[in-house]
Amino acid sequence: MPPSALQSPAVHVRGVTRDFGSGDAVTRALRGVELDIPHGELLMLVGPSGCGKTTLVSIIAGTLQPSGGEVQVLGHDLVAMPPAARVRFRRSNVGFIFQSFNLLPALTAVENAAVPLIIAGWSRARALPAAAALLDRLGLGSRLTNLPSELSGGQQQRVAIARALVHDPRLLICDEPTSALDAENGRITMELISGLAVRPDRVVIVVTHDQRVYPYADRIATMEDGQIVSIEARRRGEIGAPSHDK
Amino acid sequence: MLWIAWKMLIGNRAKYLGIVFGVAFAALLIAQQSSIFCGLMALTVSQILDVEGAGIWVMDPKVKYVDDVKPMADTHLYRVRGVPGVDWAVRFYKGIARARLEGGSYEQVILLGLDDATFIGAPLNMIEGSIDDLRAPDAVIMDIVGYRKLWPDEPFKRGRIIEMNDRRAVIVGLARARKTFQSFPVVYTRYSQAVRFAPPERKVLSFVLAEPAPGVPAAELAGRISAQTGLQALSRDAFLAKTIRYYLLNTGIPINFGITVGLGFLVGTAIAGQTFYLFIVENLRQFGALKAMGTGNGTILLMVLAQALHVGFVGLGVGVGLAALFGWGTRSFSKLSFYMPWQVLVITGVAVFLIVLLASLLSIRRVFIVDPAIVFRG
Repeated sequence: MPPSALQSPAVHVRGVTRDFGSGDAVTRALRGVELDIPHGELLMLVGPSGCGKTTLVSIIAGTLQPSGGEVQVLGHDLVAMPPAARVRFRRSNVGFIFQSFNLLPALTAVENAAVPLIIAGWSRARALPAAAALLDRLGLGSRLTNLPSELSGGQQQRVAIARALVHDPRLLICDEPTSALDAENGRITMELISGLAVRPDRVVIVVTHDQRVYPYADRIATMEDGQIVSIEARRRGEIGAPSHDK
Repeated sequence: MLWIAWKMLIGNRAKYLGIVFGVAFAALLIAQQSSIFCGLMALTVSQILDVEGAGIWVMDPKVKYVDDVKPMADTHLYRVRGVPGVDWAVRFYKGIARARLEGGSYEQVILLGLDDATFIGAPLNMIEGSIDDLRAPDAVIMDIVGYRKLWPDEPFKRGRIIEMNDRRAVIVGLARARKTFQSFPVVYTRYSQAVRFAPPERKVLSFVLAEPAPGVPAAELAGRISAQTGLQALSRDAFLAKTIRYYLLNTGIPINFGITVGLGFLVGTAIAGQTFYLFIVENLRQFGALKAMGTGNGTILLMVLAQALHVGFVGLGVGVGLAALFGWGTRSFSKLSFYMPWQVLVITGVAVFLIVLLASLLSIRRVFIVDPAIVFRG
């Protein structure tokens, strides 16, 4: 990526709205969200349940279309992009870490981690060693052939991290990555995300309720009632909730 | 991606076996009932099939099927022989006779009268005696299944006497004949003898069996015989087809078996469809995750179809295998007809393909409309 491309924001969201339902039953989940995220940043999106965090990251990830507004991600206009192109965009550019891991239960750890490469058209012979190497870096070298049901929650989340990073995406979406984990595993998970995933050419968005992980953020955006009500810059390692929460 | 689809499918053993069971059950029912149906149809033409060597059957124009015998004058034999292209032609008697057994009881038998000189139409597989024994006075040969039916648990006794039309008949041999639709014993004798065993009639000739001269197609010669004699002449294959068609159109057999086959199809579709649908619904989050990670609907469709085809092939193999095993296990049970030609496999395969296609179509819509954002909902 040319250095000039890193100057413009990786994520540029303007006036984004999203309605669910129709007629009288319409619910407005997002009310004109404005957000810019530069390259190399780990942004945390926080706020109470139902405030629109998941809807916003779904739109940024290209899995959901906004009802209105402008969404530019990594230089692509996601609103104008046809559905098939959005599928290709996600395949090449987006990695996901889900709250409930969403590993395929029939696949082993290494096979799960290799799924994005398989989707991208890699052969199994190429994809599995690449996934195995990443799992090894994540400390799961001895659990490659274990099924998810044979792994602890923390180990499953590490497989999910490997799956999210194996195809080297430029946008990483983490949805409540620590909520299903105990404190120690949550800490390890965030260490891995901030240590492995954060790069100058990548954006990491973490949706979370977990105040213990705030110290890993570069900025914390707080949402309420479908809007971003504050964005607070942090120094990594700084302890405490964003000022809006206090 | 097909590899992932396959792993997803077999990963849930209980569901996988449930779907395979549904498809296999349908395939078993369809293949087994179709084979019994084919077996019954084969019974209707068994006596055409048992007559080897004659390419053309000539009969009264009103005959509708092989058991619908309308006697003709013996002189028709010579008219057939006079048609150009006929290599040879012989008489053949076929009728139902009442046989009086030693104990005084009566049994109906199928009486077949073979040309005295050539024995055209004679059984090819003799178990006791030889076909030449028919040259003895009053001699008859009986099929082994019929013999066992009349005298169960008794060994073959050469020279055993039965009476037909108050005339003495001596059993001189046992032959293996195809099972007949009426399941009566089959009695072979010379034509001249058969007309004496049969009830007296002015005309007695049932069929003329003819063979085309070398190089003359049977169908063409049959047309020529019909045109020249006014009789109905059919090639062996055409007579087989005509007889089967008669039974298909004029009996309840196809409807009865059709209902069972249809039920097998419906039950199979219901079981396989429901289980497959549940399997897909249970995996919606996984499909959603794959879609979020950049799998298109086309690939998802291929994955679901591959899963459906996989259970279809396995279920078809198991079901048809069990049906074949059933046929093999009951082969010595003379009252059951089981015949599994390759067409049954094709029909069962098509039915199974439709079942899995329906099952996948029922569920694919759910996968198509699943929002990839489903994966963000804890």
